Amino acid sequence: MPIQTSLAEDGKTLVIRIEGRFDFSTHQAFRDSYEHADSKVTNYIVDLSDTTYLDSSALGMLLLLRDHAGGDSARISIENCNSDVRRILSISNFEQLFAIK
Amino acid sequence: MSQNILRILIADDSDTDRLILQALIKRLGHEVIEAVDGLDAVKKFGEDHPDIVLLDALMPRMDGMEAARHIKVLAGERLVPVIFLTSLSETEDLVRCLEAGGDDFLTKPYNRVIIEAKINAFDRMRRMHDTLSQQHQEISERNRQLLEEQSIARRVFDNVAHTGCLDSPNIHYHASPLSVFNGDVLFASPLPAGGMLIFLGDFTGHGLPAAIGAMPVAEIFYGMARKGFSGADVLREINQKLKLILPTGMFCCGALVEADFKLGQLRVWNGGLPEAWVIRADGDPVLLPSRHLPLGILPPEQFESVMEALQVWPGDRLLMMTDGVLEATNDHGELFGLAGVRRCLDRPGSGRHPFDAVVEGVRQFSVKTAESDDLTLVALDITDQPEVPAVQEQPPPSALAGPTEWRCEYEIRERTLGDFSPLPLLLHICLEVPGLRTRGGEIYTLLSELYNNALEHGVLQLPSEWKHSADGFGRYYSERQARLARVDGHYIRFSLHHTRKPGGGRLRVVCEDSGTGFDFRNHPLVSGQGGGDSPRYAGRGLLLLKRLSNNITFRGRGNHVEIVYDWNFSEHQGDGDDR
Repeated sequence: MPIQTSLAEDGKTLVIRIEGRFDFSTHQAFRDSYEHADSKVTNYIVDLSDTTYLDSSALGMLLLLRDHAGGDSARISIENCNSDVRRILSISNFEQLFAIK
Repeated sequence: MSQNILRILIADDSDTDRLILQALIKRLGHEVIEAVDGLDAVKKFGEDHPDIVLLDALMPRMDGMEAARHIKVLAGERLVPVIFLTSLSETEDLVRCLEAGGDDFLTKPYNRVIIEAKINAFDRMRRMHDTLSQQHQEISERNRQLLEEQSIARRVFDNVAHTGCLDSPNIHYHASPLSVFNGDVLFASPLPAGGMLIFLGDFTGHGLPAAIGAMPVAEIFYGMARKGFSGADVLREINQKLKLILPTGMFCCGALVEADFKLGQLRVWNGGLPEAWVIRADGDPVLLPSRHLPLGILPPEQFESVMEALQVWPGDRLLMMTDGVLEATNDHGELFGLAGVRRCLDRPGSGRHPFDAVVEGVRQFSVKTAESDDLTLVALDITDQPEVPAVQEQPPPSALAGPTEWRCEYEIRERTLGDFSPLPLLLHICLEVPGLRTRGGEIYTLLSELYNNALEHGVLQLPSEWKHSADGFGRYYSERQARLARVDGHYIRFSLHHTRKPGGGRLRVVCEDSGTGFDFRNHPLVSGQGGGDSPRYAGRGLLLLKRLSNNITFRGRGNHVEIVYDWNFSEHQGDGDDR
């Protein structure tokens, strides 16, 4: 499975890990990962340590997650990006919308 | 077991064998067509179109192998199983049957169970083949329809998004004919005051959804550029529109450039596209990275439309591209990337145009030529006198119709000074006079010189000599931004007055501002003594006003300027040119 989800120890942070290419082919799996999550979830971590590539439809999916998580009040951090992925996020200035670590 | 009745052709020269087989097959519920030799079999095959053919291997006139070859040719795309009936048992003979196009054997004497099983097996295979070829046909048909629809949609799009001034000699661009279906858009428009506005955009996704967002962007871009709105206004409008119409998750990475060749200035906004480049005449690059979120994400109140200003000189070149360029891949799976672009551009003295260098670089790098369909590049040469092709205007209606005797006053105050440009509105009012319509460029220049002077030097008290050095240039624009926040009590007032006069008309424009003015009586350009510098009207602005108008008068403390612009019917009527 290219997308794995787990609940952090605090019980309210959902960790979404994406392996390989984060692009349109992962659309449904990515949506399912947070739409079917526990209702107590308030925080999200998108863990990109094993993500090799990210395209603009992935950026769109991140925006959908942000909407789902409350828009401007969403608490989402994007973590462990490699330099290519990081570059794509910063070209689009996504640090204005997400905490990128 | 087999519910569907098949038409089966049996060819055997032995009447007895044929009779036995025929009876067997009829009992299985199928329809039988009989042939007495190979030639007869080929003839009946052409007439009756059987589903399965059973051929005796050895027959007079034409043997089974020969008949099988003819039948396979006649069947074409259809799969018609050919089964040989044979008492041959030599391997070589059996192989020859298969080589002739046979699909299987039935050995004599016949076994009813085996015959039934084989017929059923081949029927399944035949039906699977039919389904597949039917689906294949449907897919090709859908694909043909899709391509046709795309080309129609492309024509509609082209009518909205015409090429604007992309064909100007100082613009180079690469875009595939169907690039809009990759989500890429490229627009360029001349501005009424001279100069150009260029927009390069890249929508998320592909196909129809990507193309659909391009339409309103084209309309907004061309509509507003023609009316003299600033780049920042155009950006705000595009962002607001896309935010409204696109679903969350869809957006448009884009860069907008406003080029003023007279002032030698580029104003750039980059939201989500790869770095734009300015290649100086001596080869030095300046990178203009994305500083904003793409268009269509932020609500209007959070959207930041401030454009970066950059001083440029003739010989400089601007280069913008979509991420298709950076994502071009070679056969080792490596990306072209920013490093690839840098390699192409980092060859000073090669004499190559940066645009050609990058296009050529990507072509050599990426194996698949198809990839060049996914990238869009545009380059703009900075020149002294760009030849901008005239934009086709509607032919002016009778020059006598429309308002010719009118007066209006428009004042903007306080915060609005920083938020709003009155120029498009004022231009619109003036161009209601049919005789002025073909002179929109001159009118816009007059109004914008008056307005910018009143705002930047009158209200904001910015010294224009700052703009003459590269450092000062940046300082000028940051200070401009800062001072715009402190404009309490300030105003700029335009009074426009148009009257008819024999053979034409006269437009009188008065521009007053709340600033401290300047010593116009001792100004060399105003007093006509030439030369020298002055904190206000230092150079080109005043010269332009003097050249374009019939008369210019300063009053008060120099914060009240009046110009008179006379026009005649006889001059450049209907030639659609601005000069």
